[in-house]
Amino acid sequence: MSDSSLNGSTNNKSPKNKNPIRFGNIVAKGYLVLIYTLLYLPIIVLVVMSFNKSKIGYNWGGFSLKWYESLFNNQAMLDAFWHSIVLGLVAATVSTAIGTLTALALHRYDFRGKGLLNGLLFVLMMSPEIVLAISLLALFLLIGLQLGFVSLLLAHITFCLPFVVITVFARLSSLDERLMEAARDLGASESIMVRTVLIPVIFPAVMAGWLLAFTLSLDDVVVSTFVTGPSYEILPLRIYSMVRVGLKPEVNAIGTILLVASLILAVISQLLLRRR
Amino acid sequence: MAHTGISNKSPFRTATLWLIWGWLLIFALLPNILVIAVSFLTRDSTAFISLPISIDSYVRMIDPLYFDVFVHSLWMAGITTIICLLLGYPFAWFVSRMSKRWQPLLMLMLILPFWTNSLVRTYALKLLFANNGLINKSLLAIGIIDAPIDILYTQGAVIAGLTYLLFPFMVLPLYAVFSDLRNDMLLASQDLGASKPQTFWHVVLPLTTPGIISGVLLVLLPAMGMFYVADILGGSRNLLVGNIIKNQFLDARDWPFGAAASVLLTLAMAVLLLAYRASSRRIGKTDFSEVA
Repeated sequence: MSDSSLNGSTNNKSPKNKNPIRFGNIVAKGYLVLIYTLLYLPIIVLVVMSFNKSKIGYNWGGFSLKWYESLFNNQAMLDAFWHSIVLGLVAATVSTAIGTLTALALHRYDFRGKGLLNGLLFVLMMSPEIVLAISLLALFLLIGLQLGFVSLLLAHITFCLPFVVITVFARLSSLDERLMEAARDLGASESIMVRTVLIPVIFPAVMAGWLLAFTLSLDDVVVSTFVTGPSYEILPLRIYSMVRVGLKPEVNAIGTILLVASLILAVISQLLLRRR
Repeated sequence: MAHTGISNKSPFRTATLWLIWGWLLIFALLPNILVIAVSFLTRDSTAFISLPISIDSYVRMIDPLYFDVFVHSLWMAGITTIICLLLGYPFAWFVSRMSKRWQPLLMLMLILPFWTNSLVRTYALKLLFANNGLINKSLLAIGIIDAPIDILYTQGAVIAGLTYLLFPFMVLPLYAVFSDLRNDMLLASQDLGASKPQTFWHVVLPLTTPGIISGVLLVLLPAMGMFYVADILGGSRNLLVGNIIKNQFLDARDWPFGAAASVLLTLAMAVLLLAYRASSRRIGKTDFSEVA
């Protein structure tokens, strides 16, 4: 198949000789340290403040878990949390199923409109979320769909799809065709080849795609703002309505929980993708 | 090229293609056509939209009332993109020259925040920027300022927030092109007598242009749309195009106008995509997906 398709290549061919353009090593390292500090400082401050006893201001009033406590007593927050989890699980699973099949089709078949399909997925991934958001709102109102769980689900599957496709496709591109040929030469039937070669090879990428989709769904504010209905409030929108009006210590606590959860998911996903 | 494995006419193939094409047509293509159609209709207080067809929504964007907001929004998004590029270009270069052992870890540390909730991270910035926040307190403590300075609810806060959220999206494509940049090309350039600035200008810069353009694409467009950043950090006077679209759709109920603003965003995306394709063709790459 041609190279002009989805392909997440980061191959590095540079030989190990000296760099012709050299940076003062100290300057380069100092710069990297500075940027990473800026990236992580706000997150660290948020986590620290979530354990702060004092309510107003930013003075350290001692260690306390009371914001976590008040969070777990906040029924609306808990409901929104479970709504988000359910939505994320279903959206990630459906988009991973469709996305994986699509990646397989793009990798293994030649069909008319393949370039167009590639292009459409790419444009969908690049589109500003807000454009997708209002277009889906227009669609849902046109077909008379009640805004709520179903509209959120359809929207989340749609914006997760291209990310799953590209994750699985990148893995398929690195699949050695000779493996499949060897399996066939050894007399494996198609179903055995799929089971013993194809699935083990793409499984880590499928899992990584699922995790990415789940995180994207849990994270989304822009699209959800438009396609949500009063019957199904989700966590990001609940948080959004809280932080718009001012500083709420509970937000530090729920923010910390979300940060830790998504960091764990991210690390798992990276480990899955690295094991080649 | 030869394809091994599953035969080309299997029911699996047919079903998959129907599924994905169906999904994309219904949930990606059709909705966008709807938005374009809406942008040419007239506002209606009861049914959102009505006939007659007009280009009124597009004309009204030039109205000073809205035009200034658009320009201000574009300006904030543009500055964000420039800052991301100026910070991200050397960053990506430095990382790509680090030892092979450290590079995966450095890139992982860069994209980890991407996995965390962007709303929560925007809120975290609020903790830093507030009048009694960490920045003001530190500056007061070391005596640079006598009274807290206003950071929150300024355009600077919005630009800082957008930069903070979108920085990794600038670095990823730049890192990809820098990783492909081979040392022997730079050596060849120097052996042929080019000075360091000449090597940069004639070799490094052209070879990394696709990365620059895709980075700009990945930063500029979201920067115009992330209305919650402007909402949380910018107050009522620092609006993004995303805020305008959101207000028109959800509050003012002027759908044609909101749709027209969205069509303009889409057109901006199309222009940037074409620029990206042209620049990667020039260096002999037609791979659209280096971006990802």
